[in-house]
Amino acid sequence: MRSLFDINELSPAEIDSLIETANDMMANPAKYAHVADGKKLATLFFEPSTRTRLSFEAAMMELGGNVLGFSEAQSSSASKGESVADTARVVSCYADIIAMRHPKEGAPLVAAMNATVPVINAGDGGHNHPTQTLADLLTISREKGRLDNLTVGFCGDLKFGRTVHSLINAMVRYPNVKFVLVAPTELQLPDYVKKDVLQANNVEFVETTDLMEVIGDMDILYMTRVQHERFFNEEEYLRLRDSYILTPEKLNDAKPDLCIMHPLPRVNEISTAIDKDSRACYFKQVLNGKFMRAALIMMLLGLEAK
Amino acid sequence: MLHIDSIQNGIVLDHIKAGKAMELYRVLELNKLECPVAVLMNVSSTKMGHKDMIKISEDIEIGLDILGYIDPGITVNVIRDGKLVEKHCVDLPEKITGYLKCNNPRCITTTEQELQQVFKLSDRESATYRCIYCEAKYK
Repeated sequence: MRSLFDINELSPAEIDSLIETANDMMANPAKYAHVADGKKLATLFFEPSTRTRLSFEAAMMELGGNVLGFSEAQSSSASKGESVADTARVVSCYADIIAMRHPKEGAPLVAAMNATVPVINAGDGGHNHPTQTLADLLTISREKGRLDNLTVGFCGDLKFGRTVHSLINAMVRYPNVKFVLVAPTELQLPDYVKKDVLQANNVEFVETTDLMEVIGDMDILYMTRVQHERFFNEEEYLRLRDSYILTPEKLNDAKPDLCIMHPLPRVNEISTAIDKDSRACYFKQVLNGKFMRAALIMMLLGLEAK
Repeated sequence: MLHIDSIQNGIVLDHIKAGKAMELYRVLELNKLECPVAVLMNVSSTKMGHKDMIKISEDIEIGLDILGYIDPGITVNVIRDGKLVEKHCVDLPEKITGYLKCNNPRCITTTEQELQQVFKLSDRESATYRCIYCEAKYK
């Protein structure tokens, strides 16, 4: 039995296989409509994340399976003081697979150590969010036709942005991928990611505070939100919130086939005027996320389309 | 010159970095033993200049992992009938269970305190350990 906590537990070959399944599912949904008949997914969301939870639930429904769960800790036994370990043991009796979101880092690992069914990390604090990265990888693959030979730009909160760390972790495994890191000084990529991931893999990267200086080099521009929930200090949050806002004017120097991504929800980092630009890929990312989650559920449950 | 007799049966922790013996004494809870225990500090050593030693006159179970973490240069000698029968050189352990405590306020171990604290060696060169749950570096 296998669970998923971190994107790098999947080999590039397994990611290729998930991408292939997701693409096939998008092209032939009927082929997958009964793959998970009779199976149940439990979505255990100890902190609200409507989009991720709905994506998992929609993914299971695409496969013909059923869903149960809760969307915040107050409506679970956690509010009565039940441990994550006990919740995982109990839910294993009801469901065939668990997707868990928890504000505490490492909670899905604790769940998997005690569950008797596979556990998918649906986000644990500022730590990991592997299915967002799967959505990102499918989006890049579909938009650019490859995952190698790319210049990937990240902009915004690179310090607390776990989606950024996960995507960097995943993409350093592909040849000739370069990174451009755009962030205010206070929100730059942590040193341990630079040292342990980028430098350890001899990956080329540039750090700057000026988006306009580097936007023309990028094949991908991954925008992020400065996340309120990651700040202990309200003043610091308010000061950094509006650091970078992408507007149509800023795209003048960008490549015509730039792929603009965002893990959503956005606050104001991307002007709505960009939504109709063919380079805006963030809503496609949402759709891609559903299919990658469905492909992952199939893989972890050992299901195959007939 | 201070003289401590050789032990007939037991364990000698040798080549302890000078000044570390009392920390080991506490961590290994040697105060709970009923047998004689000798703690020697600042003993002359040709190899180290000065070193500490601990002699325990009983063959007790020693957690080599913890020793390796506190001082990876320690040698553990097992003595039986006055003879050296086993010699272990400790090294940084791959995993440390129940000794270090994660200090990341976002870690699950901060709210579920019955969880066993486990750290894994992530970089031998810098002796860096990371919590297995949240992967935060031990500071």
